[in-house]
Amino acid sequence: MATKAIEIEGLFKKYKDAEAFSVNDLSIAIDKGEIFGLLGPNGAGKTTLISMLCGLLKPTSGSFTIFGLSYKDQSSEIKKIIGIVPQDIALYPTLTAYENLMYFGSMNGLKASQLRVKVKESLEKLGLEKFANKRLDTFSGGMKRRINLIAGILHKPEILFLDEPTVGVDVQSKNVIIAYLKELNSNGMTIIYTSHHLIEAQDLCTKIAIIDQGKIYAHASPGKLIEQTPNAKNLEDVFIAITGKELRDVS
Amino acid sequence: MFHKLKRSVIKEILLQMRDPGGLIILFVMPLVLIITITLIQDSTFRSVSDTSIPILLVDNDHGTISQTVKEQLEKNGAFEMLSEIDGKPISEAFASEAVFKGKYQLAIVIPKHLSRDLQQKVNQNVQAILSDLGFEESETVIEEISPKEIKLYFDPATQMAFKNSVKNGIDKMIAQIENQSIYAAFQEQIGEDVGALFEEESFITFSEMKPSGEDEEVLPNSVQHNVPAWTLFAIFFIMVPLSINIVKEKQQGTLVRLISNPVSYAIVLAGKTITYLLICLIQFYLMVGVGVYLFPYFELPALDVSGHLFLMTIVALFSGLAAIGFGVLLGTIAKTPEQSAPFGATFVVILAAVGGVWIPVFAMPKIMQMIAVASPMNWGLEAFYDVLLRKGTIAAILPEIIFLLLFFIITVLFAIGYDKKERAV
Repeated sequence: MATKAIEIEGLFKKYKDAEAFSVNDLSIAIDKGEIFGLLGPNGAGKTTLISMLCGLLKPTSGSFTIFGLSYKDQSSEIKKIIGIVPQDIALYPTLTAYENLMYFGSMNGLKASQLRVKVKESLEKLGLEKFANKRLDTFSGGMKRRINLIAGILHKPEILFLDEPTVGVDVQSKNVIIAYLKELNSNGMTIIYTSHHLIEAQDLCTKIAIIDQGKIYAHASPGKLIEQTPNAKNLEDVFIAITGKELRDVS
Repeated sequence: MFHKLKRSVIKEILLQMRDPGGLIILFVMPLVLIITITLIQDSTFRSVSDTSIPILLVDNDHGTISQTVKEQLEKNGAFEMLSEIDGKPISEAFASEAVFKGKYQLAIVIPKHLSRDLQQKVNQNVQAILSDLGFEESETVIEEISPKEIKLYFDPATQMAFKNSVKNGIDKMIAQIENQSIYAAFQEQIGEDVGALFEEESFITFSEMKPSGEDEEVLPNSVQHNVPAWTLFAIFFIMVPLSINIVKEKQQGTLVRLISNPVSYAIVLAGKTITYLLICLIQFYLMVGVGVYLFPYFELPALDVSGHLFLMTIVALFSGLAAIGFGVLLGTIAKTPEQSAPFGATFVVILAAVGGVWIPVFAMPKIMQMIAVASPMNWGLEAFYDVLLRKGTIAAILPEIIFLLLFFIITVLFAIGYDKKERAV
């Protein structure tokens, strides 16, 4: 039985025609049950790393396992135990919330009878039960984000990847999402989370890795990172100390 | 796996039903297309058209020939002969200019003394023959008569098919007039009281027969030709909304979510294939329904599908599969709907042209005939014609069906391979 949720060994990713590696000799182990924050400036390689872990991109070289399963020959097994909440609202705008969730739940292998119960429970938990039969294109940004989250966790994955799950939402929606993520984690779900909201990450995450130019520069609990960085009062100070003040515009 | 497929089909159907514009494109536009095209093309199949084309007649002859030309063309019903404008006779210069400007499609100029000179020429020839045979006692004095020319002015925009049809018609009319003149001259020279020595009716006529030799006397009409051709055109148009559907999934990020789920891309595509195949069949039955029940209200012949509907459905089904295969490939390769929609629409028109929807394949240049053989729309069209016009059985359409199925399999496999390669960048 694997004790690590994720183990990455010497992972490289270079896109076709790119000059530099997006992920450059990256190695890290993430324990089960963590809320692991992957923080970095734009173009640091966060989304590329998560895309590889979710099976959306092929690594150039290196290897990784998820709950002891190798991506090379057990990718279909990995897909059964992971959940993904992309940064974009990856849902059908003309379908209702219920129809979207029934569809994505089915694609994750859930049968209709158990799915109906899970959809109802999740909608209630995130305060959306009244809107189950409304089309998604009538929803506010915060409501869409919450449905986007539910679509990734209906099948109770062992590990959940979240790419900026609270971007563009109001404080109320953000609090509901964060509280729900904490609840999921307390029930044993490992969460890998990327965000530019460093205060939110400091509050939510049990471990943080700061990534830049495809490499991990720091990896510890938020408290330890602040403690280790001279003159740092919060995670934002740690982040600036490691990644610098230069703009990171990428194309 | 089955419940994933079932849910995919439900999702695709819901997406279609929530898109009223898409529904109009899928179901209403093909009906408008088939009615419009058949109504327009039907007039070229009919011997008598409802509308007559005005033709300028410059009559410098004022004799029997110009009179016959005028009467014969008017009798045809397709033409209205104008020899005067505002009460004044038309001159050749006026006619030439009016036709060049596109005001009229055709002007016919009958030369001066044509009737008189033809009669004189024929009389001379007949007298010479009779004299040689010993019927005439005195030698005939041969007077030099120069050959005459009827001039035709066509609007430069006139289509070649119309030009050829008019030229052939006038050529035949002139030959008949010359023949009648020769017969009349013989009759006159031989004797006044002999009555009708020569029958003026043609000895050789022709009638169109069914090549299969069956007893049925129903011959293919414009509807039997047009409905299958344009139904196929509409079926292939499904590649446009399908490719947009796939591109939108990529842009929305739903495809990314699906790829990270434990569901194969083949199941996702199978859901789309089943849904769009259903749409194809609904389109097909709607168009057949229009052909059978609605066309008679437009004074068009009803589409005769008696005994053929099952085989026609099979052809529609496999043609739909070929169109879906291409739509999947296009949607997989295209990055935006702006790429897939115009390309898809243009490509369907090219496939239709190459496939023989407008011009029969046998009338195409050699190189195009070779390309047509490799066109899925041509396979579908030939299969429809095999069923409807050649009364073919399942064995007759089997080769085309196999080609259509192979086309679907190859395009979908190529799409899956391309998708995998793209994600490995």
